[in-house]
Amino acid sequence: MTNTIIHMEGIKKHFGNVIALNGVTFDVSSGECHCLLGDNGAGKSTFIKTMSGVHKPTEGTITFEGKPLSFSSPRDAMEAGIATVFQDLAMIPLMSVTRNFFMGREPTKGRGLLKRFDVDAANEICMEEMRKMGINLRAPDQAVGTLSGGERQTVAIARAVYFGAKVLILDEPTSALGVRQTSNVLSTIDRVRGQGIGVVFISHNVRHAMAVGDRFTVLNRGQTLGTAKKDEITSAELQDLMAGGQELAKLEGSLGGTI
Amino acid sequence: MTSNAESTSDERVKSESLVTKFMKRPELGAMGGVILVTIFFYMTADSTMFTLSGTMNFMTPAAQLGILGIAAAMLMIGGEFDLSIGSMIAFAGMIFGVLTVNFGLPLILAIPLTLGAAASVGAVNGTIVIRTGLPSFIVTLAGLFILRGVSLVGLKLFSGGSTQLRGVRDALEGDPLIEIFSGDAFESLFSYLASIGMVETFKNGASKVPGIPVEILWFILLAAVATYVLLRTPVGNWIFATGGDSNAASNSGVPVKKVKISLFMLTAMAAALVAIITVIDAGSTDARRGFMKEFEAIITAVIGGCLLTGGYGSAIGAFFGAIIFGMVTIGLTYTNFDQDWFQVFLGGMLLLAVVFNNVIRKRVTGEH
Repeated sequence: MTNTIIHMEGIKKHFGNVIALNGVTFDVSSGECHCLLGDNGAGKSTFIKTMSGVHKPTEGTITFEGKPLSFSSPRDAMEAGIATVFQDLAMIPLMSVTRNFFMGREPTKGRGLLKRFDVDAANEICMEEMRKMGINLRAPDQAVGTLSGGERQTVAIARAVYFGAKVLILDEPTSALGVRQTSNVLSTIDRVRGQGIGVVFISHNVRHAMAVGDRFTVLNRGQTLGTAKKDEITSAELQDLMAGGQELAKLEGSLGGTI
Repeated sequence: MTSNAESTSDERVKSESLVTKFMKRPELGAMGGVILVTIFFYMTADSTMFTLSGTMNFMTPAAQLGILGIAAAMLMIGGEFDLSIGSMIAFAGMIFGVLTVNFGLPLILAIPLTLGAAASVGAVNGTIVIRTGLPSFIVTLAGLFILRGVSLVGLKLFSGGSTQLRGVRDALEGDPLIEIFSGDAFESLFSYLASIGMVETFKNGASKVPGIPVEILWFILLAAVATYVLLRTPVGNWIFATGGDSNAASNSGVPVKKVKISLFMLTAMAAALVAIITVIDAGSTDARRGFMKEFEAIITAVIGGCLLTGGYGSAIGAFFGAIIFGMVTIGLTYTNFDQDWFQVFLGGMLLLAVVFNNVIRKRVTGEH
């Protein structure tokens, strides 16, 4: 594929004598949603942190836009265009949406001593970006604490997109949401993908992944078990891979296919 | 796209009236408090309290406390406390006294050196808090005792065994900068106003109010600058973010450590400024200077709408909080009440403010 943004090959990560990742291969192209599925403890978090520059891999190579690369800090990754929306969202409930949106990257006007936070421009951009994501804010000075979980997720995504993300890593964005909010977030993901951004969607919910994913990679016990395209695999097969095969298949029989 | 989006605004959200918007401002409680306290004293106190000279009377202590309170409010918004600022007044007062009296330095050197000494202690406080991850409450409680002790020992050393160092006024006689840090401003304006009968005069025709005490101008200036910084600069946004959730802030690229250390330096320098003003005014410094001021400054910030948990509050709120403090302290002397009621009054105000702030916070974040 020519438009691969980031390619990670044979990533291993050891913490002392614990092997968190043991050979992970993963890539994202622009304009696709690549789902990384795995049960709790499969190594999803370690992998995200490796991708976003928090951890350095013990072994393996990362290629970013065709060039080999090694991030020394999350800031490096952020500047290169890898944005991560963690589960805790890095949002401050007491602060307004605008202030959260521009936190650490405030637009300014004026120079010297008169250099100041351009509140009007910030408010306008924030309202506009949120509108693009399908959320109408009551006012830009509305506190983030008054937003629903799905809306907060969308603010975090909109923020990453506005600041030029090429790859957007979403850490279980739907895990704590209701049905309706989940579908909002999924449609936001679809919108972001439409803008040519590569989305890495991490989840343990196969149904949510199937709803937006273009490709699927399953992580189990620190290893990837291969990548499949959307029409090559069924949700039942994914579910099986995540659980590592046998037991769930048995369990599923007795639960009548409800998981 | 835009017009389409506007027409799909959420039908479940009621539009806000100006009143509800106003209700969400952190300084609301303090402004209401000023009005209540004014009404109270208007009814109970001697009418001279609200004359020009009476107003200057309660604004002077309010200003001295307010300079501290505004800095404490900014630090509190940034998520930290500084219990050492009271002792810092004594410490900075000692440094200033020694520099001017023992070393005979002019203000142009003595003031930057005093502020610098205070700022470095503030930086040490901040660094310890950040490096150890301990609550600033406990770290600066240690500072409270250490600085008070150092001031005592230092004063004895430099004054030959006394805990008071006199002679500051003589040492600074004729210093060109003294006008900025002591006495009254706009004196000629006030004597002009007195001559045309705009302000009250003594029998000999001199104005009852010689001018505006300089600390009041410092207080207003600091409130204005602090408000501007908090609401209209990136640094202000970083302060709110740092106090709201330092982890989220640093993940978003806010220099959390720098912000916190700068705020500790700011509070220390505010204490030093109060020390400089009051020491020049009194002409001497002593080890008990600034006693209990750390608590009064925190009360001021809390009455001003700051949350103890950080990330919320305002400098204007602390400004009004300090005025309430000044009114209550001085105002009771104009009434028939026993003056010692003032502590009861302040404790009550503090409790009321904390409960009120909690309600406001829930309103802002939409919790119910």
